[in-house]
Amino acid sequence: MNRKLRNALFAATAVVSATSVAGGAVAFCGFYVAKADTKLFNKASKVAIMRDGERTVITMANDYKGDLKEFAIVVPVPVVLEEGQIHVTDSAILDHLDAYTAPRLVEYFDEDPCRQYRYDEMAMAAPAAESITVTARKRGVDSLGVTIEAEYTVGEYDIQILSAKESGGLAEFLKQNGYKLPDGAEETLASYIRQNIKFFVAKVNLEEQAATGLKYLRPLQVAFEDKRFMLPIRLGTVNADGKQELFAFMLTRKGRVETVNYRTVKLPSDMDVPLYVKDNFGTFYKAMFERSVEREGERAVFLEYAWDMSWCDPCAADPLSDEELKELGVYWIGDTSQPGQRIAPGNPARDVFVTRLHVSYDAEHFPEDLMFKETGDRSNFQGRYVLRHPYKGDAQCEAADAYRASLPERYEGEAQTLARLTGWEIDKIRERMAKGGQSFETPKKDSWWKRLWGNDSKDG
Amino acid sequence: MLRTFTPPQLSDARYFQIAGQAAILAIGLLLREFEITPIQIGAVLATCFAVQWLGSTLNAMRFDWRSPLITTLSLSLLLRSDGVWPLMLAAMIAIGSKFAIRLYGKHIFNPANAGIVAMLLFTDAAWTTTGQWGTALWFAIFIAIAGSVVTWRASRLDVPLIFLGAYAALVFGRALYLGDPLSIPLLRLENGALILFAFFMISDPKTTPDSATGRTIFAVAAAALAFVLQFNFFIADGLFYALFALTLVRPLIDWLNPGSRYEWGTPPAPVRLALPSGAPAHPRPAPAE
Repeated sequence: MNRKLRNALFAATAVVSATSVAGGAVAFCGFYVAKADTKLFNKASKVAIMRDGERTVITMANDYKGDLKEFAIVVPVPVVLEEGQIHVTDSAILDHLDAYTAPRLVEYFDEDPCRQYRYDEMAMAAPAAESITVTARKRGVDSLGVTIEAEYTVGEYDIQILSAKESGGLAEFLKQNGYKLPDGAEETLASYIRQNIKFFVAKVNLEEQAATGLKYLRPLQVAFEDKRFMLPIRLGTVNADGKQELFAFMLTRKGRVETVNYRTVKLPSDMDVPLYVKDNFGTFYKAMFERSVEREGERAVFLEYAWDMSWCDPCAADPLSDEELKELGVYWIGDTSQPGQRIAPGNPARDVFVTRLHVSYDAEHFPEDLMFKETGDRSNFQGRYVLRHPYKGDAQCEAADAYRASLPERYEGEAQTLARLTGWEIDKIRERMAKGGQSFETPKKDSWWKRLWGNDSKDG
Repeated sequence: MLRTFTPPQLSDARYFQIAGQAAILAIGLLLREFEITPIQIGAVLATCFAVQWLGSTLNAMRFDWRSPLITTLSLSLLLRSDGVWPLMLAAMIAIGSKFAIRLYGKHIFNPANAGIVAMLLFTDAAWTTTGQWGTALWFAIFIAIAGSVVTWRASRLDVPLIFLGAYAALVFGRALYLGDPLSIPLLRLENGALILFAFFMISDPKTTPDSATGRTIFAVAAAALAFVLQFNFFIADGLFYALFALTLVRPLIDWLNPGSRYEWGTPPAPVRLALPSGAPAHPRPAPAE
């Protein structure tokens, strides 16, 4: 009985867990209303990478929904990992990171053109991580030229670290052990073997899984030191039908991360969009993302968020707590032992920069693994889309007339923006806007003398 | 000052270089979202000119506006920063190195390369974005064509061709050894920054060896070193470090293989490619007007 090889590193789908928004939101960057998180995409994988010098911690989320007996994953890793370098964590942390960095919709309410207004802030709490148990075993050399360098049970996973002399032997070993290899995987395995890369193979330990009491698989983590700052995606593209979505959350010290061998492009941001997008933000974001992918010839990696982890504005979710960051590998957090590093309560400068990259990839457009570099760029960027509610009150002044007369032009601008971002038909957009109260008709302007005496202007 | 703006003598390859780099920068800004602001470019320009003026005055040389303009364009094309100061510092180091570090009357470092390498090695305030150039074939071809004209006028077309040839051989060799699809080395070779580096930086006639043999050694060694730094040490900025290291060795190469010194304005020499016969040669240059 063959287990299906979830051929891929990171080919798993996003873990479901709704980080719902509880309350209303923030000040001068707009009133936060919605976010577009990774669960909008079907075949999406989520990976968090802590990188500082050569120190690396990779957290891989997993939303495998099939029979747990069938689950298996093969991950190329640069070194043989000891048991302490493998860990299982709570998926809520990655979900929180996803929510914190998600593209966001904000709204503003126009002020009374004849007066002034103000707004307030909102926040959201994050769940904490839980601990796991680790047990370890060891085994020797296999006749196929495959060495089981180590074998551990970590949390609900049975893990083997394999090194191989040649891909045929490795493929045979995997087949004998019940993995079903996709066609074409052998060449890719061969390339990794020649680059002296090891393989991390994980299956579900059903007893341990039952003991967790969870219905899903928790994210696996590996910690190691290596010169390579990369994410292997090639195995995942071998027999994938269609494109796969990957969200990579980078946690670094210096600044923003970008890809070296592909372009990293900022997602279009800070645009005014029609009010009806509020009810379809997810659809809007997906359409816009797909359109952006097309526009860049399907060869770009998209930057969706780049921010200092100490704050956000507006917040789609609170910044991650020190405990959560530590769980994701940010080892320098809360290290007060170093002189000169003081952490102020309230708004601590934590020296953690988060970069959210989103890529839709296949073998044709992304033949090589993603190679990254950390830049010194600490400028903030977020995917942010703005709703501007017109003033609905009964303002009566000269400015109010001019304001109302300016609205149709503004709506037209929003319609054009939406059409350009998503490729949707402009006429349909206009129609929906008009239905939602964003009328394109120029309001009738009252004669100046009507305001002079109001409704009592009759002779008398 | 007005005298320096006499009608361009088009035999000087730098006019072609300025035009080519300016066009590439314009394309980058318009179509590739290069993240450099007009203020940053202006600051780099002002710094380059100021240091060039200072250097010329102290050395009793005639002020030349073309070289600092080329350095400005090179830095604007390749170096990025959040601030203005890091770029100005890079500009200062770039032009300063040209006057301060000389041997046998020739400066050692490629100015823009020196500025970039100094910033990468000693600060986190500036960085290169080679990935940002993308792998669009038309862009790479445009850069190569513009660069071919420039390097031909400067009698240095051999340098980018040999450098790219050697680099291509290495990345294709690696792919064959690993059994990788050829789309991987192609992806690397179509990178706009690599092509720009080959045609507009490493081929600077003032910091390449004088003799054709020397230049062949120089270009092949730079390609090999860049390859090792990138694929064995996983240093993304390997190209810049490789050139920096080779410019340090260049005086030795010149000493071992003497040749006639290049002066700006020298008409293009017929290019001799030190390739084995049968290797694809470039078309003969059109006769100079």
